[in-house]
Amino acid sequence: MVPGVLFSSSLITVLTTVGIVLVLLTETVAFFGEVSIIEFITSDRWTPQFADKHFGILPLLVGTMMITVIASLVALPIGLATAIYLSEYAPERVRKVVKPILEVLAGVPTIVYGYFALTFVTPLIRSLIPETSIYNALSASIVVGIMILPMVASLSEDAMLAVPRKLRDGAFALGATRFEVALKVVVPAALSGIIASFVLALSRAIGETMIVTIAAGALAQVTFNPLESVQTMTAFIVNISLGDVEPGSIESKSIFAVGMTLFVLTLTLNLIAQFISRRYKEEY
Amino acid sequence: MSIIETRNLNLYYGQHHALLDINVDIEENSITAFIGPSGCGKSTFLRTLNRMNDMIPNVKITGTVKVAGEDIYQSGVDVEILRKRVGMVFQQPNPFPKSIYDNITFGPKLHGVTNRHELDEIVEKSLKAAALWDEVKDVLKKPAYGLSGGQQQRLCIARALAVNPQILLMDEPTSALDPISTAKIEELLDELKETYTIVIVTHNMQQAARISDKTAFFLNGELVEYDATPVIFQNPSDKRTEDYITGRFG
Ligand SMILES: Nc1ncnc2c1ncn2[C@@H]1O[C@H](COP(=O)(O)OP(=O)(O)O)[C@@H](O)[C@H]1O
Ligand SMILES: [Mg+2]
Repeated sequence: MVPGVLFSSSLITVLTTVGIVLVLLTETVAFFGEVSIIEFITSDRWTPQFADKHFGILPLLVGTMMITVIASLVALPIGLATAIYLSEYAPERVRKVVKPILEVLAGVPTIVYGYFALTFVTPLIRSLIPETSIYNALSASIVVGIMILPMVASLSEDAMLAVPRKLRDGAFALGATRFEVALKVVVPAALSGIIASFVLALSRAIGETMIVTIAAGALAQVTFNPLESVQTMTAFIVNISLGDVEPGSIESKSIFAVGMTLFVLTLTLNLIAQFISRRYKEEY
Repeated sequence: MSIIETRNLNLYYGQHHALLDINVDIEENSITAFIGPSGCGKSTFLRTLNRMNDMIPNVKITGTVKVAGEDIYQSGVDVEILRKRVGMVFQQPNPFPKSIYDNITFGPKLHGVTNRHELDEIVEKSLKAAALWDEVKDVLKKPAYGLSGGQQQRLCIARALAVNPQILLMDEPTSALDPISTAKIEELLDELKETYTIVIVTHNMQQAARISDKTAFFLNGELVEYDATPVIFQNPSDKRTEDYITGRFG
């Protein structure tokens, strides 16, 4: 009875995943029946809703990358530093308080972060740099960074706490400072867990929808200026889905092509991460 | 001349009084063994000599510990330099999850050695001193975790020697090892005492009798008796020492 239930549950999980991938695939294939893959990859205009339709993924890709890169610049160093502080320096009672807070923060609905970006961070940036657009990549990506930070900190800290005490003792006994122990023993030994937390965070940044839809704008353009509006892949999908697109139309199919691109991107990221963590893994 | 001197050394873990008024003088270039039943404070005492207790919260220490004449609990003491001078080998072999080579160079690099040639020399010298060179000289870049338990422990000894300590503290270094590995390490200690002062905690009385020059018997945080090893084992003056070494308790 119990094995049967468990088996059916896992079957459902597998089948749903397969189903999603299948739908993505068929719609994407249908899309590329109408739009050439060359245009999709090389064109720098993405205008599916205009009369003059162009389907170059580049603007969405650049928008997504810019958000992800800036968010990582915020989240990875601060997240790792927080994890090092919590696992190597903080007294037990500080950790007992901070750790649950991190876990709660990681669960705050992203729409809250989205309005935080629009109503707090954006005005702040605009007061410093007046020519910034109301909808801009910088504000959104900083807040995406803030959103993924607790996850980086919490997961990296888990990985570091799992490093056995005796390794730290070995280093201390050789005359290592606390910082040297953290940097030369604990971080390398926990590296695969830390990289896993980075990748998870990057995947969440790439897939983040609410914050960028609210704060980054909806202008699909190839720009490397974070003070301008950009559109990410996810924000485009939301945008189209909210409008009244006809099912079966090219606009609706484009959603799946973009979705497929996202899927491939995160998959690649995960594969790279697995490779890296296997390559540099320190077994203990 | 005594290289280590403790005077009225007391240690508390919170409320728990773990060491009571310990007065010990340890000779240079000798092997001193600390014996006593489990929980009597041997490891705690050993850790007071290189301040490894600093890492444990709520530890309070009173009295003095002098290493080569310097009070190591005075403010302004550089703990990292102290630990470089007073090396430590633990009960469980604890090599880093790195290569054999990187394990040995870890300490020297911390203390500023960067020259490749110099590091190579340190690796060879330390591994030879720990009687491990012949077994590993062709696999220096292989992970230390591929070694057997006994080899790992000798690697940890080599790692400790690589920073050129004066004193080597060893906390039951053979208790996790098979008899053959144990014999190798005991043999090694006999050579090492030419160069280093060795303080070893052991649960194994035969081991203390075999290798040490002086033996200290601990009981419930107290130093019951401390004397030349033959005296402790053949002619102890305290009844409790006699009971312990004749196996009446512990
Ligand atoms: N980190 C610690 N915190 C609190 N008490 C400790 C700690 N380490 C050891 N003790 C206590 O101190 C006493 C001596 O322990 P230890 O030095 O490990 O003994 P031994 O090495 O002789 O077996 C024991 O009662 C033990 O429970
Ligand atoms: Mg012990």
